[in-house]
Amino acid sequence: MVDLLGGLAKAGHLIITGDPTLYGIVFRSLLFSGVAVILAALWGTPIAMLISLRNFRGKSLVKGFFNSLIAIPTVVLGLVLFLVFSKGGPLGFLGLLYTPAAIIIGEAVLITPILISIMITAIEAVDPEMINLARTLGASESQASIAVLKEALNGVLFSNVASFNRAIAELGVALMVGGNIAGLTDVLTTAISRYTQTNDIALAIALGILLMVIVFAINTFVVLAHKLKVYYTVGRSPQ
Amino acid sequence: MSAIAELENVSKAFDAKMVLYNVNLQVYQGEILALLGPNGSGKSTLLKTLALLTMPSSGQLKFNGELVAANNVERLRQQTTLVFQKTTLFEGSVYDNVAYGLKIRKVPKNQHAELIAQALRIVRLEGFEKRQAKRLSGGEQQRVAIARALVLKTKLLLLDEPTTNLDPKNAQIIEEVIATVNHELETTIVLATHNMFQAQTLPSRIALISNGKITQMGTPAEVFGKLSKNLASFAAVDNTFKGNAMPTLEGTTMVDLGNGFRVEVTEPKIGEISVFVSPQDIILTKTPFQSSARNVFKGKIVEIADLGSLVKLKVDVGRVFTVQVTKRSFKEMTLNLDSEVYIAFKASSVNVL
Repeated sequence: MVDLLGGLAKAGHLIITGDPTLYGIVFRSLLFSGVAVILAALWGTPIAMLISLRNFRGKSLVKGFFNSLIAIPTVVLGLVLFLVFSKGGPLGFLGLLYTPAAIIIGEAVLITPILISIMITAIEAVDPEMINLARTLGASESQASIAVLKEALNGVLFSNVASFNRAIAELGVALMVGGNIAGLTDVLTTAISRYTQTNDIALAIALGILLMVIVFAINTFVVLAHKLKVYYTVGRSPQ
Repeated sequence: MSAIAELENVSKAFDAKMVLYNVNLQVYQGEILALLGPNGSGKSTLLKTLALLTMPSSGQLKFNGELVAANNVERLRQQTTLVFQKTTLFEGSVYDNVAYGLKIRKVPKNQHAELIAQALRIVRLEGFEKRQAKRLSGGEQQRVAIARALVLKTKLLLLDEPTTNLDPKNAQIIEEVIATVNHELETTIVLATHNMFQAQTLPSRIALISNGKITQMGTPAEVFGKLSKNLASFAAVDNTFKGNAMPTLEGTTMVDLGNGFRVEVTEPKIGEISVFVSPQDIILTKTPFQSSARNVFKGKIVEIADLGSLVKLKVDVGRVFTVQVTKRSFKEMTLNLDSEVYIAFKASSVNVL
């Protein structure tokens, strides 16, 4: 029988007193997910721009491919990555299995489809003449693409935030390629599952609360930032 | 006169669709050239070619004497700029919009404010720097787009239907801007229009475009004086009528446009014909008047459009005729909607198509 009230009280205490184990896990989660988003944005942004700004045969097929990849179960991807990183696997020689690097790469791969898909939608919503406008004002091809990306800024930011949320909340990849090693590769989701199993209910609850707080805080921030942007760009000017 | 841009046998196809056929065109330094043609005739593609935004499928394009190729197109493109028909603005302020090309060209930042203020003054948007561009009215947005092009002081300025869908006041401002920029900054301008009135007053030369081909080229007087079927088919849909021609005893022709509405024509014709009367050849008066004009009709003004120094009127005399008067006589005659007026034109002013 789980002592729910006692667990909650202890969890509150852990959060308030700044328990190092607890905040170590939070820090790793934020770090791994953050770096994963940066990685995914580094390779995902050019891909999204190519797909949305160029016309080629099979374009809708490629878009459909990334769209369906969003739904990939994290354990399946975790399994694939485990096989890739494990000894004897194609990238086994790198010795990345059960390291933070494996989690970061795995999560970056996981969120790439969602990042690309949202970004494509955002870029395609920009006026198609925008790229020609930038070019006729003197922009080179790459400057013109950046001009389009800037016009899609809201959507681009949203794609990053949605990717971060997916990364920080997923379990399968972190568990299977990270190994859930305490103090090294355990993150919020994997630690919650472990502490639940080992009956460390207080820690599990505290981690759960913090995970929820982080996810809600980020989403609230996005909504607020959007409102602020609207305020600054629209509300400020005389009607 | 030296040519700033030269097209030699330029053709352009999008997929299998030919949009331009063997176009030969020279744009001379300092001129205003109007491309006059109906929608879909290839005007916009021709402008995009001159803007070096699209490369010809075949033929040669020279800009400032240089043959345009993949390796110099980005550099040459900086000397020409196109204002689109559909106003496209960046997110942000008017200042941000006008500054874009300056930033790209790495013009020192401390010069931006001055240059932008100058450009906004020309389009009469002084003090609009901080306003959000996308929240301005349609006409103001188009003027921002023009200022954004003007600030670059390119050798060639291309305008695609700059006044279409604008109210007369904004259209007039833009027409004055075009004239000013051409006179004072000596900017060469090519503008696409299907507005016959604009084509008559602004440009030094007109190129008539139809189905991707240049069909006629000349000064406005030449092009409008020698009216072609081609011109009548789009620019002069106003005042073009179909009717049945019958010779008269005096040797002229009576054309029955239906319901007993008749127009007298000098050319001997019989049977089904189309006729066109140029708006400038129609005299408008408030009282019945004595003249040798064979065609005199009484009617009412049903539409008034301000075109700057000219006013375009539609007069319903049983058929709706478009008439052009100067703003001065428009004021002197104190004309209004529903004013009763007489229109008159000579039999020799009626063109048979």
